[in-house]
Amino acid sequence: MSTATAPRPVSTRPLVAERRRPRPRAAVLPTVALVLGALYCLVPVVWVLVASTKSSSELFSTFTFLPGTGLLDNLGDLFAYGDGQYAQWALNSLLFAGVGAAACTLVSTMAGYALAKYEFPGRQVAFYAILGGVLLPGITLAIPQYLLMSKIGLAGTYWSVLLPCLISPFGIFLARVYAGSAVPTETIEAARIDGANDARVFVSVALPMMIPGMVTVFLLQFVGIWNNFLLPFIMLSDERIYPLTVGLYTLLSKGSGTPSLYTLAIIGSAVAIIPLVVMMLVLQRYWRLDLISGGLKG
Amino acid sequence: MSVATETPARRPARRRWGAPVLFLLPAAVLFVAFLAIPICYAVWLSFRGMRVTGGGPFGVRQETWVGLDNYVAAFADPELLAGFGRLAIYGVIAVPLTLGLALTFALLLDLPRVRGARFSRTAIFIPYAVPGVVATLLWGFLYLPSTSPGNWILERVGLPGIDALHGPMLFPAIANIAIWGGVGFNMIILYTSLRGIPADVYEAARLDGASEWDIAFRIKIPLVGPALVLTGLFALIGTLQVYGEPTTLRPMTSEISQTWVPLMLIYRDAFTRDDLSLAAASSVALALGTLVVSLVLLRVTQKRSFGES
Repeated sequence: MSTATAPRPVSTRPLVAERRRPRPRAAVLPTVALVLGALYCLVPVVWVLVASTKSSSELFSTFTFLPGTGLLDNLGDLFAYGDGQYAQWALNSLLFAGVGAAACTLVSTMAGYALAKYEFPGRQVAFYAILGGVLLPGITLAIPQYLLMSKIGLAGTYWSVLLPCLISPFGIFLARVYAGSAVPTETIEAARIDGANDARVFVSVALPMMIPGMVTVFLLQFVGIWNNFLLPFIMLSDERIYPLTVGLYTLLSKGSGTPSLYTLAIIGSAVAIIPLVVMMLVLQRYWRLDLISGGLKG
Repeated sequence: MSVATETPARRPARRRWGAPVLFLLPAAVLFVAFLAIPICYAVWLSFRGMRVTGGGPFGVRQETWVGLDNYVAAFADPELLAGFGRLAIYGVIAVPLTLGLALTFALLLDLPRVRGARFSRTAIFIPYAVPGVVATLLWGFLYLPSTSPGNWILERVGLPGIDALHGPMLFPAIANIAIWGGVGFNMIILYTSLRGIPADVYEAARLDGASEWDIAFRIKIPLVGPALVLTGLFALIGTLQVYGEPTTLRPMTSEISQTWVPLMLIYRDAFTRDDLSLAAASSVALALGTLVVSLVLLRVTQKRSFGES
């Protein structure tokens, strides 16, 4: 914590030395408020981890935060359900979110770079179209998108969920802001003078400079697609193509008739959130969320 | 808008035609295919309807141009208006609390001498990674009298339990799910925006005798204004599109109807009643409403948050 750089005197009792170091008094009230906030956010997560260890008879009969004895049985049941449907849902989610976010990041980066670094007729129009898209994000569009997809015969397929995820006005907006601040125009000019064409300037000069911004767009998009419910819920009818969100919803709504499915929905939820939470914690430092707030200043 | 921060060197390169068009092409094609065309299609569809043409017993049901009939029908439906009413109650609880808590936590994190800030920051951010359906399931069980820890405690001290999914608690209960999921992300945006303020601004204020309280209210909050407008805008747009949470909670309570919020009504009209035209009209109305509300908010706050540079 301390930023002092002077060599510390070697002590045989480091703990005591630590304690004696003058330390500013902790701000008690703010610390307490933050810890309360952390508890509020962690309680449901802790609950699902505890509840996933309970057998279906324990779920409603033992104290809610008391671990049960059924963890391994529940896991077995989860992956056995409907011939391994759960694993299929997880793979589908990974496919939608992984491929969708990667392609969307590339599309957004190219568009953002063009909008930030070129002056061309229609640039203003393109920019306002994107703003309109930001203010009117995907979800209200889900039903018209479905109607259109069914007209061209794609409703119910992987494509019907994947394709609409590839365009993100907000992603383009962020990429444009980031290209504007991270790629110096002088560098582009220098590369041109050296004889590089536009494609080469983009791939070898601009793209490497935009990587932190791209990681941010990718992660936002990944989490967004992974957590999306309405679009796949509307588009898909075949349970084998469901992502985790829609799959878990089906388990839960069937659960009101067959209580044993509640246990499956709970362990399924626990298993579904663990990889995403871990990914977020690991990648936290690569996020450039200042990009979002910084974007507001232009 | 960013005339002040933009240096002349950052101006776009000289005029070129081919390359930027190629770079924009994939985005433009996708934009037209999945945003522009669906919107136009929905608008077109909203003016169409099935009507019986020809007279007597030989009338044929046929799709024809019906003008504003669908819009009239949509707004004459008391359920749509009731849905907007429920949405308003929900939004009045969820939006200010999400933003208020996010701003409070961001300001607390930014204070000197706070312990455990990293832990709290991470913990409060975690719900962002939890899908809305899963969040609803978790809170649903925490609300359910038979599994609620609150009721367990109440029973031990001999008090009657609370059923959060029935009666007056329903709105706060659903709003709480959105607040739980939204506070962390908004907090991080506001916090990163706070970290962007140069420290010498505070030093100067402290030398002038300002307390941390003064600094928060007179310096920090005004300076994160644009970020607050953005988070507010997204919270508002999110509210108008509430769908997953009440739908997921339906099996747990009898008080959420099939048409509880406008999107649920639209879904029913389109897929259960097979009245696509009516659903399209309601969709267009909802989308227009969202756009108008967003523009009014931006206009009112006058921050010109999404400035062109």
